[in-house]
Amino acid sequence: MKLFEYRGKELMSRYGIPVPQGRVVSSPDEIDEMKAPGVLKAQVLVGGRGKAGGIKFASSVEEARKVAAQLLGMSIHGERVRRLLIEERLNVAKELYFSYTLDRSSRSIVMMASAEGGMEIESVEPSKIAIRQMPPFGYTPFITRTLQKQLKLNPSLLAQMEDIAKKLYTLFITEDCELAEINPLVITSDGKMVAADAKITVNDDALFRHPEFSEDVDDLTPLELKAKKESIAFVQLDGDIGVIANGAGLTMATLDMLSSRGGKAGVFLDLGGTDDPEKVAKAFALMKEANPRVIFLNIFGGITKCDTVALGVKEAISREHIDIPVVARIRGVNEAEAKEILNSIGIVATTDMREAASRAVEAGR
Amino acid sequence: MSVLVNENTKVIVQGITGHQGQFHSRSMKEFGTKVVGGVTPGKGGTAVDGIPVFDTVREAVEQTGADASCVFVPAPFAKDAVFEAIEAGVKLITVITEHIPFLDTMQFVSYAKMKNVRIIGPNCPGITAPGRCKIGIMPSKIFARGRTGVISRSGTLTYEIVNMLTEHGQGQSTCIGIGGDPFIGTNFVEALELFEEDKETERIVMVGEIGGTAEEEAALYIKEHVTKPVVAYIAGRSAPPGKRMGHAGAIISRGMGTAESKVRSLEAAGVSVASLPVEIPELL
Repeated sequence: MKLFEYRGKELMSRYGIPVPQGRVVSSPDEIDEMKAPGVLKAQVLVGGRGKAGGIKFASSVEEARKVAAQLLGMSIHGERVRRLLIEERLNVAKELYFSYTLDRSSRSIVMMASAEGGMEIESVEPSKIAIRQMPPFGYTPFITRTLQKQLKLNPSLLAQMEDIAKKLYTLFITEDCELAEINPLVITSDGKMVAADAKITVNDDALFRHPEFSEDVDDLTPLELKAKKESIAFVQLDGDIGVIANGAGLTMATLDMLSSRGGKAGVFLDLGGTDDPEKVAKAFALMKEANPRVIFLNIFGGITKCDTVALGVKEAISREHIDIPVVARIRGVNEAEAKEILNSIGIVATTDMREAASRAVEAGR
Repeated sequence: MSVLVNENTKVIVQGITGHQGQFHSRSMKEFGTKVVGGVTPGKGGTAVDGIPVFDTVREAVEQTGADASCVFVPAPFAKDAVFEAIEAGVKLITVITEHIPFLDTMQFVSYAKMKNVRIIGPNCPGITAPGRCKIGIMPSKIFARGRTGVISRSGTLTYEIVNMLTEHGQGQSTCIGIGGDPFIGTNFVEALELFEEDKETERIVMVGEIGGTAEEEAALYIKEHVTKPVVAYIAGRSAPPGKRMGHAGAIISRGMGTAESKVRSLEAAGVSVASLPVEIPELL
């Protein structure tokens, strides 16, 4: 789950990391004072906010209200701006990049830092990014000291850098983050380090330990959000075939099979290892809302039995009044029984994945 | 010889009294696995299908001589369960549980490495050596004993592929489901190393998917160290970037983890890459 900048900064501030003074508003009327000069930042989760015009400056209450009205009506890369963060404007001498993230290859937490702050880290030349693997037992200060030369850091700033590095690490661990990024980490003209932006992603699987984040929204579509609440792996795509399969790998393979036949999936729905009729019904209800031209059901029965899945499908189709055509491919335990059940409600089921995929593509035209 | 498990492996099931634990303990036993005990705190002294249940892993190991564990414990308690198994001296721990927080996994994987313990998973279907031992949740009927080693990040797709191999007369030496999470105890390189050393294995099937760089690292390893033929399939060629495709680890982020990059690296290492799963038996 990605946190909005203002939520990230609240967290950082709680952990003792210096952030600019600021407040959040959701309407221009809420602005009643403005310490000039100030900055107004649209609160969105998508990247590229600055370039899209989501950051503006103002030096009076009147001007700030006008700018706020503009920003609050905006959409940035499809995401509506609902809140603004209004902050003091910093006197920037230098901008650094600093973050912790999880590294899959080394199976560890890594610290990343660069003297090239303020732009997206993906566009910084790799040789200009310092990466340090963190020891499994926690933060240790020498790691920050090794950054000094690469960051071209004035020795007088090292104590502040170490302090921020240590506190952000504690935040990262305590809040179960996947990413805790400060970009830019500003050095002001009077020699203070301040987190001018905050990008925090919390591990979804750890949310049970952090109920306070439950009110946050994510960068999901409304339907994806609904599916998430029902614990169904559901992804909206830009094609017109709704894919339901059991298991993430098989669902991905089904998408690949369709695209090899010239089709395009519009929904990825992984049923997982369930044949629970309730869950199957929920899956079909979500699929109905997504409104694909055809539903492609691809089931391999190993532990899950094909016939119990088929019974769930039969029930779901009548209960949810599904009138979208369904193409099925069934393989595995009790496959014959499953085909019979599906046939009885007018769904032709085949065994061969290639053949079924071709039929689904055909039906979606 | 099979890889990591054999007919002598003695398995305990952590979380044996839960729905999943009971069902799969029975299935493992029917497969021929020596399931010697189970652990559920507070249920010590009872039994599941004749399998004795203990309160702690230590007791279970002391009384049964178990050397492997299968973990079905729910995600919030899984880290504790794995630490307990490591402390009790279990040498192979298969973690079936899905949705374990990444930092928890990272901790028990680091600790296992220190203690020289092998972890498979989490979020995996387990490990099966046909005719000898099954730890986990793979369906028993799809397997046939043979000389193909299978390594996969996925569950159902693995069953589908193993089933196809069996139908084509290509039995399996061992099948390892390494798991769909971004952080796992045994990765492709480590599994490839085991199969390269295993005399029973003549060829290897590798089922990868989008996300991370494990397949690229595997490709480099294959080029340098693997003499046996490898056939691969990468799921998610048509998946868009930035979306998590069902598995926590299946996401293309910051331009990394695309299927094209994986296919390119594997092909450069001499691996035959199937563009669809059905092509795998043909390529072997």
